[in-house]
Amino acid sequence: MPEQRRIIFKHIDEEGYSNDIDCYQRNGGYEVLKKAVTQTPEDLREEVKKSGVRGRGGAGFPCGVKWGLVDRKSGKPIYLVVNADESEPGTFKDRYIIHQDPHQLIEGTMISCFANDVKQAYIYIRGEFPHGAKILEKAIQEARDAGFVGKNICGTEYSCDIFVHRGAGAYICGEETGLIESLEGKRANPRIKPPYFPAVLGLYQCPTIVNNVETLCHVKHIIDMGGEEFTKIGTPGNFGTRIFCVSGHVQKPGYYEFEAGKITLGELLNDVCGGPLPGRTFKAVIPGGSSAKILKFGERFKGTSRAGVDYDMGVEDVPMDFDSLQMIGTMGGSGGVIVMDDSVNMVEALANINAFYSHESCGQCTPCREGSLWMKKISTRMVKGEARKEDGALLKSVADQIPGRTICAFGEACSWPTQSFLSKFGDEFEAYPETKKSKTEDAIPLI
Amino acid sequence: MNLKPETLKQIDEVITHYPEKRSATLPLLHLIQEDIGYLPKETEEWVADKLELEPINVFEVTTFYPMFRRKPTGRRLIRVCRTLSCALVGGHKTCETLRQEFNTDLNEVSPDGDVTIEYVECLASCGTGPVLMVDDELHEKVDCAKAKQIADQIKAEPKES
Repeated sequence: MPEQRRIIFKHIDEEGYSNDIDCYQRNGGYEVLKKAVTQTPEDLREEVKKSGVRGRGGAGFPCGVKWGLVDRKSGKPIYLVVNADESEPGTFKDRYIIHQDPHQLIEGTMISCFANDVKQAYIYIRGEFPHGAKILEKAIQEARDAGFVGKNICGTEYSCDIFVHRGAGAYICGEETGLIESLEGKRANPRIKPPYFPAVLGLYQCPTIVNNVETLCHVKHIIDMGGEEFTKIGTPGNFGTRIFCVSGHVQKPGYYEFEAGKITLGELLNDVCGGPLPGRTFKAVIPGGSSAKILKFGERFKGTSRAGVDYDMGVEDVPMDFDSLQMIGTMGGSGGVIVMDDSVNMVEALANINAFYSHESCGQCTPCREGSLWMKKISTRMVKGEARKEDGALLKSVADQIPGRTICAFGEACSWPTQSFLSKFGDEFEAYPETKKSKTEDAIPLI
Repeated sequence: MNLKPETLKQIDEVITHYPEKRSATLPLLHLIQEDIGYLPKETEEWVADKLELEPINVFEVTTFYPMFRRKPTGRRLIRVCRTLSCALVGGHKTCETLRQEFNTDLNEVSPDGDVTIEYVECLASCGTGPVLMVDDELHEKVDCAKAKQIADQIKAEPKES
């Protein structure tokens, strides 16, 4: 079994490690920032580009490319916004960085700000992390007092401040343009692209970089070890480590950091997480946050990879990286792995997911607002014992009409679960009207 | 609006964090809600006046974000995660236990005024489900027995907070 390689989570749960600046500095903290401000921003950006690091929020977009798109000639200020809205169901990694190692995030953020000539950064943290927000504010003040944030950073001419901004319970704020709207004091209705690419027209219509918490922590380590060295971790195209958040029906749920692509889904679930609960068997797994398409244990994937290699593998054999998971029709997303065993009825599990997306649609685009609501209504009535024979087909037909017809990727996110549940567990939906009426008190709750 | 001097000070300070005042809408609503416990009906006009907006601009925000509440809650607010990972390990049973302990429906103030219980979406602690928050405190691995303990603790607290 591969060993964990803890880079981002090195100090998480470490005995005696505390979240104050003294402890952080005792462990080498802020040395990378001190080194970074002696280099040119261009060189730092080049290192991040060389590292190939991909965004850890869900989309997996290369961070260096994102930075490369920033309009540096507009004459307007450039903003950096830390996306700490961690809200994709199944994902719980940023929580631990924020609560236990906030200075790692602040150092990564300040290096990224310096590399992009940013003078003001905001950390957008989800409303349900009230302690996290206080911890970050305290940590930023400590860093300000020590000269790592604010005026004349590390004694240089460079100044940049960070403020914490709390969300208020809306999932869509994790979408970067929705987040920007929210930071401007409005409803988090995502913006249409083009023209509103954050790199050009972001916060206050200025060029803006939005990066996930974990991504910014990676930047610190990339600048520390060099972009080239970073590419020795992980697998080609999937450099660095990934933090997998495993929840649901395994013996040892939790967070595990491995080199990307160096561990298979089977090793993660069976060897690392201790396998299924006693007397149960794995039935299905969602590998990258609740919007990722579900995988069914027992199914096989055959084809030719982009590199021209033929593959034929089961769910357990899939390497855990962005490209392999995409190759088999799902995604690595935010690293949230949700496991379901043979006790789960898939109609009920989907009803739970559909209730989530219906609640969280911002309501701006008709296909998403109405579609997510109807998917919820149909799956809810199925679970409540009013299933109709045609409901499975109806669910699929609604889901098929949403993706590609909305302003943001929520349209895809809300339809992929229904599409994939129906294509892989269609027989359960077909049989549900007859088989399930007696068991409703055990059903997963909906509302 | 009757806000504590400390809250007013924080409000004036937080507005300076942004080049455009409107950005302070969410922070102001949080501060008012933390002070009063909910957002009283004059909130929109007061915030709009403070930030040089129209009340409708604030109303759009208070009606969009689930954490902003328009009426008082019980002495303690219990938010139980409803989403898949917690549901798979029995979150609904946890919620039902609490509901029975306080003899209340969801989203209501319990008869003794102790709590308001509600379902919320994912709290981002999926590996330690079922999870819930009592006010700002996260509680993890809350099975029915632990839910009962939490209920007993809340009931034993002095009534005036």
